[in-house]
Amino acid sequence: MDYKAITVTDLNKYIKDKVAGDEILNNVLVKGEISNFKNHYTGHLYFTLKDDNSLIKCIMFKSFAERLKFIPKDGMKVMVFGTVSVFERDGVYQIYCKAMQEEGMGSLYKAYEELKLKLEKEGLFDARNKKKIPFMPKVIGVLTSQTGSVIKDIINVSTRRNPNVYIRLFPVPVQGEGAGIKIAEAIKYMNDKKLADILILARGGGSLEDLWPFNEEVVARAIFESNLPIISAVGHETDFTIADFVADLRAPTPSAAAELAVTDIDELKLKILGYNNRLKLALKKKVELMRLRYEKCMMARVFKEPLQRINEQYIRIDMLVKSLQHNIINKYKDRKSEMITLVSKLDSLSPLKTLTRGYCIAQIGGKAVKSINDVKKDQEVDLRFIDGSKKAKIL
Amino acid sequence: MKEEPNFEETIKNLEQIANELEKGDLNLDESVAKFEQGMKLSKMCNDILEGAEKRISILIKKDDGVTEENFNVE
Repeated sequence: MDYKAITVTDLNKYIKDKVAGDEILNNVLVKGEISNFKNHYTGHLYFTLKDDNSLIKCIMFKSFAERLKFIPKDGMKVMVFGTVSVFERDGVYQIYCKAMQEEGMGSLYKAYEELKLKLEKEGLFDARNKKKIPFMPKVIGVLTSQTGSVIKDIINVSTRRNPNVYIRLFPVPVQGEGAGIKIAEAIKYMNDKKLADILILARGGGSLEDLWPFNEEVVARAIFESNLPIISAVGHETDFTIADFVADLRAPTPSAAAELAVTDIDELKLKILGYNNRLKLALKKKVELMRLRYEKCMMARVFKEPLQRINEQYIRIDMLVKSLQHNIINKYKDRKSEMITLVSKLDSLSPLKTLTRGYCIAQIGGKAVKSINDVKKDQEVDLRFIDGSKKAKIL
Repeated sequence: MKEEPNFEETIKNLEQIANELEKGDLNLDESVAKFEQGMKLSKMCNDILEGAEKRISILIKKDDGVTEENFNVE
């Protein structure tokens, strides 16, 4: 009997074609638990999806893997969407995944996206609605669980940065039914009673379900209506909750929130010291500048040789005095010679001169007798000689 | 009670005074006055920093309202 055998390759190719032609296998949505997860260095993800009784190999290429909003890991219950196809070489069939979601999260994601879109449209995320984070809040209100590492981290970081910090913890449940309402009430209470200058709303990492209270509308509205600035620090750095979008500032972790809220006191002291030094230096510079100016002034000749000018004036006075003297002497000399001329003139005209020649003057009462009519008989006259006078009588 | 000075404003003033003084176009008297004012502000800043008292408290809800108690991290 002649059997007609086909090759393994042919068989696998046949099966592959069969599978490829099946509409259901082309678009499957399968749920199961991840195991054997491998994140290949090429960026492709290889894993097995299993339930209690069965398993199937899965592959997700890099281009799809990049779009994942979470990091898959072993034990995670997920839903994958993709195409079942045969890998001819190994004769295995596997799911070529195009999308993956954490199981049960589907409705939550949908709610999250819807609420996010709605609040964004309302302007709850707008930057212009964000309040300024105070520079040095006196009281830091913390809304979180009173147990666990979050409050510890916040207290540690805060007190390290400012040993005199004032922290008011308002304990709130951070997961589970009703937590959202409690958080919202706490925000309102802190506002109404003005119990803090800034609020930190914090929670450690967790699944989307765990973080859910921070995606509730009531929390988002309470944050938006808060007059106190709010820093949110919910989950890990990669988690973005609605609360993070509405908050005035989002911190990647609770510790980071404490760093944003509490100013480093050592840094501040250094800053103040810096200003002090700047003040001192500036004043010193000013004084130095004034001193230089003063010295420059004192270098001027008038200050360097203060008597110079006075001496110059003295010399001038001396010169003036001299010329004055000169003038006076000249004048005096002129007058003197003038006088001599006059005197000699006078001299030549003087009767005394005539007297020396032997004449005498007859005088009556000091007046010269110029005519014979001026005298009578027996009248006494004075006869003036050059060397004196004598009485005489007219005959 | 005296209004507690605002740290942010005080340090802002201090910075402004440092800038003015550094410009150097004030006369000596004005410079000295600014310097003294700056030193006063810097002391005020330090006093605010030193003056605060550490307190970690927890607000506890009771039937008749909320009370504040010291909170100790275990």
